[in-house]
Amino acid sequence: MIKGMIALNYIGIDIGSTASKVTVFDDERIRFNLLMPTGWNSVETSKKIKSSLIENGIDLEHSKIIATGYGRVAVPYADKTITEITCHAKGAYYLAKEDLTVIDIGGQDTKIITVQNGDVTNFTMNDKCAAGTGRFIELMANTLNLTIEDLSKLALEGENVKINSMCTVFAESEVISLIANGTKREDIARGVLNSIINRIKGMLSKHGLIGTIYLTGGLCELNPFVELLSKELGEEVKTSPMARFAGSIGGALLAKNI
Amino acid sequence: MGDYTKMWESLNIDLEKHDILCEALPVQFTDTYLTQNNRPEAMNYFNFVVAEIHGARILELENHKKNGGKVVGTFCVFVPDEIILATNAISVGLCSGSQFWIEDGEKVLPRNICPLVKAFTGAKVSQTCPYFQSCDMIVGETTCDAKKKAWEIMNDYMPVHVMELPQMKRDKNIEQWKDEIKLFIDKMEELTGNKVTVDNLKNSIELMNRKRRALKHLYDLRKHIPSPISGLDALLVSQVAFSDDPLRFIERTEELCKELEERVKDLKPNGKKRIMVTGTPMALPNWKLHKIVENLDAEIVLEETCTGTRYFENEVSTDGNTVDDLIDNLAIRYMDINCACFTPNEGRVEDILKYADEYNVDGVIYYNLSFCHTYSIEHERVSKVLKEKNIPLLKIETDYSEEDEGQIKTRVEAFLEMI
Repeated sequence: MIKGMIALNYIGIDIGSTASKVTVFDDERIRFNLLMPTGWNSVETSKKIKSSLIENGIDLEHSKIIATGYGRVAVPYADKTITEITCHAKGAYYLAKEDLTVIDIGGQDTKIITVQNGDVTNFTMNDKCAAGTGRFIELMANTLNLTIEDLSKLALEGENVKINSMCTVFAESEVISLIANGTKREDIARGVLNSIINRIKGMLSKHGLIGTIYLTGGLCELNPFVELLSKELGEEVKTSPMARFAGSIGGALLAKNI
Repeated sequence: MGDYTKMWESLNIDLEKHDILCEALPVQFTDTYLTQNNRPEAMNYFNFVVAEIHGARILELENHKKNGGKVVGTFCVFVPDEIILATNAISVGLCSGSQFWIEDGEKVLPRNICPLVKAFTGAKVSQTCPYFQSCDMIVGETTCDAKKKAWEIMNDYMPVHVMELPQMKRDKNIEQWKDEIKLFIDKMEELTGNKVTVDNLKNSIELMNRKRRALKHLYDLRKHIPSPISGLDALLVSQVAFSDDPLRFIERTEELCKELEERVKDLKPNGKKRIMVTGTPMALPNWKLHKIVENLDAEIVLEETCTGTRYFENEVSTDGNTVDDLIDNLAIRYMDINCACFTPNEGRVEDILKYADEYNVDGVIYYNLSFCHTYSIEHERVSKVLKEKNIPLLKIETDYSEEDEGQIKTRVEAFLEMI
C-alpha cells in the first residue's frame, strides 16, 4: 500500500433468507466475519449490518461493498450486487483452492455449482420448493422438538426410515404419523437427513460431478450431517466452519475488482 | 379503449369479471412495455392493437360475421390458416397467456397440467375472452395429452374440430396429415358454405407466405449487434400476428422493419449479452421471461418457439394445378415444423445450433411451461448437444404466476454472470 493512503476495506454482505453473513477483507486477509439472523425484514437487517460495521470501526466511505443473497437489493450502501451463485463459487474456491462442485444448502434453495479455475461453469438450483433446503431440516427439527444440532447427532444413531414425500408440507404430516406410530426419534431424524441427501443426490447426478465436493451454507458445521452426506454420496465431502461465509467471502473478493 | 359494453353483452361476456381483466392488462402493459427506452416509432401500432385487443379487433370480427363470414379460433402453429382464409373465414389465435384464467381453468381441469391449457379452458369457462365468444368454431390438434383431453371439455361449450397431428415424420405420417387437411377443408366448407378452389387457396398461401416473410425480415434484423429492437417488442409483434388482420399485420410489420433498417446504420455494440429463448410458446400477455431478462444486462435476439421461428420458418410452395397439389405443399411445410410432440425431433436441435450461430448468441434459455412434458424431456437432448458445442444453457420452468420472479431473476442473473 502507498504510504499516507487510508486502507480500503472490501466487504461482502450476503443476506440469505434465514441468515445474513458479512465478511470484511483488507488487502491481504479476512479481518472479521459477522453472522446474524435475517429476520422478516431484509431492509432492517441491512441497516443493522451497517451499524455493526461502523461499531467494528469500518469506515464505509473507504470501503467497496458487494451485496449478494436473496436480500441483495435491500442494501442501498452497496456498490454493486452480484448473485449468490457467483459469490459462493468465489468464496468456496478461496477456501478450498481447487476445482469444486459446490453444494450450497441455503434456507430457501439448494444450489449445485461447478467451479473450474475459480469461475462458475455450470449451476443447478432447486427453487420454488422447500424440499431439500435448510428450511426443511428446520421445520422437521421443530416437529420433533429438537434443535438442528441435536437432530443431526441423533440421526447418526438411527436406522433410516423412508420419508417418501418430496413436499415439505406433506413430509411434515408423514413425520407426525411416524411419531404417532411410535417410530424412534433417532430413526426419524435419520430419515429426515436422508430425504435431503437423496434430493441432493438426484440433483448432483443430473448436474455431474467435477473436482471435489464442497459443502457451503449453514449446515457446514453439522459434522454428523457432513459425515452422512459423504457416506451416502460415496465421495468425500469437504467443508470448513468458514464455509457458512462462502457467499460473503466471495462478495468481498469480488469487491476488489470494482 | 372505446365503449364496447354493448358488443360484449351481446357476446355473453361475464362483464364484471371481464372488467377486472381489462383493468389489469393496461397496468401490466405499461409496466412492461412503456418503461422501455427508445422504442421504434412503428411499435405504436402494436401498442394500439394491445390497447384495443378486446375492442376494435373484436368489432372487426363481429362485422365480418354480420356480412356472413365465419370466425375460427386456433391454438397451434400446425393448424393451416391457409384453409381458413380460403373459405373467407377469419382465423384468430385464442386467449391462453394470462394467470387471470388459471383459477377458472382449474375448476374443470387438474392443477398439474400446463398453464396454457388451463388458461384457454378458463377463458372459455369464465366467458371473459371475447375472441372465444366470437368464434363459430375452434380447431384443436393433438400436440399434447393435456390439449387432446381438454378438447372434450371445450366441446361442451362450443363446437370443436380436432386435427389429428401425427407424432412421427415418416412418409406415411405426411400422408396422414394430408388426409387431416382434407377433412379440415370439408369441415370449413361445411361451416362457411364456401368451396376451397385452386385460386382462393393459392391466394391464401401467398398471403400467409408474405406474413412469414415479414416476420422473417424482422428476425433477420435482430441478428444485428446490437439488435435494433428489444426482445419484448419483437415478441409482441409475434404475438399480435396470431390475432391481427393478416394484410394489415404484414404492412405494419414491414413498416417496422423499414424503420429498423435505418436504425441499424447508427447502432454501436452495447456489450449486452445476446440470448436465444427456446422452448414453449408465450401467448399474449405472457411477457414474464423477456421482462426479467431484458431488465438485466441482456437482450433476447430470437425465440425458437411457436411464438417465434416455428411460426414463420419455411414457406408453402404455390406450385401445382389442383387443390390436391396444394394440399401436398401445405402438408410438407407444416410437417417440417420441429415441435417436441414428434419423436424423434432432431430437427429442433439442428435449428437451435444454426440459430446460435446466425444470431451470434452468448447463451440459450430453455423456457419450459410447467408440466409441458414433451419440451421438458427434450431438454436433455438439447443440453447434451449444446454442451458439446460449448453453448451455455439455462432451463427455466415456470407458469404465469408472479411468485417465482425473484428466483428466476437470480438464476438468469447468475447465468449472465457466468457466460
